[in-house]
Amino acid sequence: MLGIRDLSREEIILVLDTADSFIEVSTREIKKVPTLRGKTIVNLFYEASTRTRTSFEIAGKRLSADTINISSTTSSVVKGETLIDTARNLEAMNPDVIVIRHSAAGAPHLLAGLVKQSVINAGDGAHEHPTQALLDMMTIRAKKGRIENLRIAIVGDIAHSRVARSNIYGLKTMGAQVAVAGPATMLPRDMEHMGVEVHSSLEKALAGADVVMMLRIQIERQHQNIFPSLREYARHFCLNRQNIALAKQDVLVMHPGPINRGVEIAPEIADGPFSVILNQVTNGVAVRMALLYLLTGGKG
Amino acid sequence: MKNKKRIVMDAEGIDRSLTRIAYEILEKNKGLNDLVLIGIRTGGVYLAYRLRKKIAAIEGIEVPLGILDITLYRDDLSRINKKPRIGKTEIAFSLDNMKVVLVDDVLFTGRTIRAAMDALIDFGRPRLIQLAVLIDRGHRELPIRADFVGKNLPSSLWEDVSVNLTEKNGADEVVIEPETEE
Repeated sequence: MLGIRDLSREEIILVLDTADSFIEVSTREIKKVPTLRGKTIVNLFYEASTRTRTSFEIAGKRLSADTINISSTTSSVVKGETLIDTARNLEAMNPDVIVIRHSAAGAPHLLAGLVKQSVINAGDGAHEHPTQALLDMMTIRAKKGRIENLRIAIVGDIAHSRVARSNIYGLKTMGAQVAVAGPATMLPRDMEHMGVEVHSSLEKALAGADVVMMLRIQIERQHQNIFPSLREYARHFCLNRQNIALAKQDVLVMHPGPINRGVEIAPEIADGPFSVILNQVTNGVAVRMALLYLLTGGKG
Repeated sequence: MKNKKRIVMDAEGIDRSLTRIAYEILEKNKGLNDLVLIGIRTGGVYLAYRLRKKIAAIEGIEVPLGILDITLYRDDLSRINKKPRIGKTEIAFSLDNMKVVLVDDVLFTGRTIRAAMDALIDFGRPRLIQLAVLIDRGHRELPIRADFVGKNLPSSLWEDVSVNLTEKNGADEVVIEPETEE
């Protein structure tokens, strides 16, 4: 499971349907089923993460798998071990699934070619973040009953966002209309080829939107001179009480987290009635349970 | 070997069996205090709804009904290549101290019932679990038996027994036929 780009509409629907059935397990008093007993899942995280890593760990544990977390700061990566050597050593311990997050685009593909285990991409550079897109689509489908023909605005640093990229692939496959907006420095040049509308103003993308996905502004990128200041960014691209009125009355507000309050989203919107940000987190566990279930066991 | 399908139970037969089972459930449990029905996906769910209706017709009360998908508890998941689809489990009430009647269409190896019992116990500690099935076709691989049986149907391992229901696939009938070649 390396990217949404490789998935067909039927495959996406299978994952979402399976995830819908897994929601119930997390609401039980005993939040555990024996499905993956005896399976081992390695979470190999070369980048910081709270939600995704915890979500994968909880998903594995609720399926009775043993989950092991390796983060780059506490592993032999600090001693200079390469990804390839780490992968070969992990493989020698015979896990069943390796979940990887890496700052380099393509790292999960490299890993998948090296090891015999199933590999799940938990985010690679600015390339893809497939489980985020799946949980976003699950949330949209649960709230709107469909994805097809919805108008979805994705706003922020599109060029550096793996969340945007995976969502665009998935939403287009599912038949949604996607509009993106951001400062010119944050929009990749080839955007129209992905079949999306491109706007340089937030207001235009918001007009008539059923769903708005706000992306996190990567404050750590500020020194790369792609935007002058957070305050200027917020003045033009912060979702607030005024501009949200341009969207449909029953608009869903989404954000992959972690949020910068007052930068890309006003606090009263993040915590407001349109926000499904915490539903996204809940659904994330179910989506990851679904993938772990579908990807373990027999080959094929 | 006769190479065609045989109808071993028709709509009236199914209905009479369910009526009898409804009475037997009430008799054995001395009424319907703390009684709940749990239908096993998919055939057992329709039968559980029918039993609830029959019990309501006798006693005037609808007993709680839950739906159980046992896929996550199967003992063959790591042996099969294509993962079976998972249905939703819907049990909106606690099973603690309840008398649970599990409902399924066909009792065969007993492995489904083993999985169902494991699943139920994750939802609480029922006072007891009973089993109601429309057809018992034998060939048990586990020490499991039903408390309420619509019809005992001796069958060969090379035959398929299917319970067709109007809610599911057209007509009410139980059919036995030679196994379809895969």
